[in-house]
Amino acid sequence: MTTNARIKKLIDDNEVLLFMKGNPTFPQCGFSSVACQALRALDVSFETFDVLQDPEIREGIKVFSNWPTIPQLYIHGEFIGGADIIRELYESGELAEAISKE
Amino acid sequence: MLQAIEIQKIIEANLNCNFIKVNGDDGTHFEAVIVSDVFAGQSIIKQHQQVYSALGNMMQSEIHALSIKTYTPDEWSQKNNIKG
Repeated sequence: MTTNARIKKLIDDNEVLLFMKGNPTFPQCGFSSVACQALRALDVSFETFDVLQDPEIREGIKVFSNWPTIPQLYIHGEFIGGADIIRELYESGELAEAISKE
Repeated sequence: MLQAIEIQKIIEANLNCNFIKVNGDDGTHFEAVIVSDVFAGQSIIKQHQQVYSALGNMMQSEIHALSIKTYTPDEWSQKNNIKG
């Protein structure tokens, strides 16, 4: 499977998916940590993908999303943004809305 | 060491900014506040993508961490409570 196809499948298979460095218990970067904290605070279930374990996805997701940094959040297959946007949408309540929307 | 002012100048040169301020003095972590007419009507993703695009390949190399806040001129006025 190509990297793009793998990314597409990951996004399709997981309603809320955070591409991050490390995992929610041990985030390896402050921005990934912020993203996890916002999702946890919403008390929703979410999946994470540790890009540090997979160099192909780590580079591929940047091209796929046209976004140069990690973390990256996908909700219902749609790219939501990176850490700054996740924090803004969390604070405005829009993140909870996006997740509860079918 | 990479200076905040260098990042600011590069963004300014490639994006039409009404206001821009980049802070950060440790050479790796920076924060940018950018106000621009071009952001009007754009999604927040698109706004941030334009800032990244203005920085070209610096995001892949020199810049380790850049936090971005974007505002349209209207949003910026409201935030600063400036009366029209």
